[in-house]
Amino acid sequence: MQWDIVIGLEIHVQLATQTKIFSGSSTAYGAEPNTQANAVDLAMPGTLPVPNENAFRYAVMFGLAVNAEIGRRSVFERKNYFYPDLPKGYQTTQLEQPIVGPGYVDVDLANGETKRVRIHHAHLEEDAGKSLHETFFDELGHGMSGIDLNRAGTPLIEVVTEPDMNSAEEAVAFAKKLHSIVTSLGICDGDMSQGSMRFDVNISLKPKGSDQLGTRTETKNLNSFRFMEQAIAHEVERQMDILEDGGRIIQETRLYNGDRDESRSMRTKEEANDYRYFPCPDLLPVVIDDDFIEDARQRLPELPDARKARFKEQYGLNDYDAGLLSGDAKLAAFFEETVEHGKDAKLAANWIQGEFSARLNAEEKTVAESPITGAQLGDLVVRIADNTVSSAGAKKVFEALWTGENDNVDAIIDAKGLKQVSDTGALEAMVDEVLAGMPDQVAQYQNEEDPKKRKKMLGGFMGPLMKASKGQGNPKLFNEILVEKLGG
Amino acid sequence: MSISREDIEKVAVLARIKVDDEQVSALEKDLGNILDLVDQLSAADTDSVEPMAHPLDAVQRLRPDEVTETNQREAFQAIAPATEDGLYLVPKVIE
Repeated sequence: MQWDIVIGLEIHVQLATQTKIFSGSSTAYGAEPNTQANAVDLAMPGTLPVPNENAFRYAVMFGLAVNAEIGRRSVFERKNYFYPDLPKGYQTTQLEQPIVGPGYVDVDLANGETKRVRIHHAHLEEDAGKSLHETFFDELGHGMSGIDLNRAGTPLIEVVTEPDMNSAEEAVAFAKKLHSIVTSLGICDGDMSQGSMRFDVNISLKPKGSDQLGTRTETKNLNSFRFMEQAIAHEVERQMDILEDGGRIIQETRLYNGDRDESRSMRTKEEANDYRYFPCPDLLPVVIDDDFIEDARQRLPELPDARKARFKEQYGLNDYDAGLLSGDAKLAAFFEETVEHGKDAKLAANWIQGEFSARLNAEEKTVAESPITGAQLGDLVVRIADNTVSSAGAKKVFEALWTGENDNVDAIIDAKGLKQVSDTGALEAMVDEVLAGMPDQVAQYQNEEDPKKRKKMLGGFMGPLMKASKGQGNPKLFNEILVEKLGG
Repeated sequence: MSISREDIEKVAVLARIKVDDEQVSALEKDLGNILDLVDQLSAADTDSVEPMAHPLDAVQRLRPDEVTETNQREAFQAIAPATEDGLYLVPKVIE
């Protein structure tokens, strides 16, 4: 049987505010445990929450960026459940009247199509603390869990999509687009390894073409695009196996273990949580007026779609390059700095997507952690474009910049003797010498009629030439001289 | 309006309150009375009244995003039953 895959996402986005959503405690990452958990965060008796203006500002900016209606009047509710990392015994969240109403995001897919994913709503809420299930014991030797409440009360927006995605690729493309939007807005640092964005994936299958949705499962807390893609593939396969064996899907929450590529049930709907939501009596309705919305609109920076269009227009990049370089705000800024110094946009784009990205990935670094600057890469681009260094030589320069051996492109080229020989007279002399030593190959080349094969045979001369020039001969010029000397 | 034994047991579990069998019967009666009282409100005509989230006719004040709290971990942990390495310790939670 053929199946349609139906995917909806819930995304928790940690807002990059200085303080928590309901208290003046710092949200800085990496502090000593519980040094940023104060009376309000700990739910001490007699404390009252006061909402953070920036949390609302960021949520409204998000709403404007995804073409959504802004909730003029938003209300906080209590979602009641017990867990040690939730000191109040409830999470303060929004249900009936969220800050961001229906909107949409357009996502460019690899096949060139554009997919519109509708946003159902986005609401403000507080994050919980962290439980550490390590080796703590009480005096009787019973295992204990350690609780760090620094994260408790960190503002989140939870973005809920409509079930508009039909494959893992679409879901990941949407997730990347959302990442790109919130980081471009500057409302989230986007650092997924630190949990700044976490994805819950709702998946169901239905017979191909049917308009009746199947029973869905929810896979929670995926914190990388790769895990998300794997978890979807895994869950689709699991559901397909059950359905094709005549079984039925149970509505449940599942946990995916990315390291082992397996999932397990966390809780089923039958025993599901009854959160007993009710309006939080500690908080009055928040009213957002036109001035507040207009102010948020003024703060909107260039968004990924606009940036992509500009990159095509201003730098002459193709759709693919423009898409890749405009998505991440920091990468886009790095690219623009490189072009500012390096002039040649296409060459800059190639180096950023090639050597630079490969190196970042290999060392699991973000653009912000790059040891080289866009200006340095730009200087290198200039030297590649004016033929001072060959691409092989440029890689050596890049390496020296990256390792911090030296921070000046020209100084590295001098110190390592990477300057290409582009003096035609000197190169011609080398070509003459090499050809004189390879009469058989020269004859073979000249007897070959197929231009393709001839072109291939040129490579046989390049090795000795590069050797003769100690790697410093300009390969492009060598090539031109060779073709001329060999008679076309 | 009455409340069933099952409802009481379920609410007790959700609220993490231990309720004995004998107590359930008494609670059935007490909670039933409270619900009857609430039911009387349904008699009021509310067609022209908008549902409200808060009894006060006021809007929430927002706070500037500035750090105002300092680290008082020592004071808070002094009244905690168990702490270690700066963490609050609780009986092991296993999912």
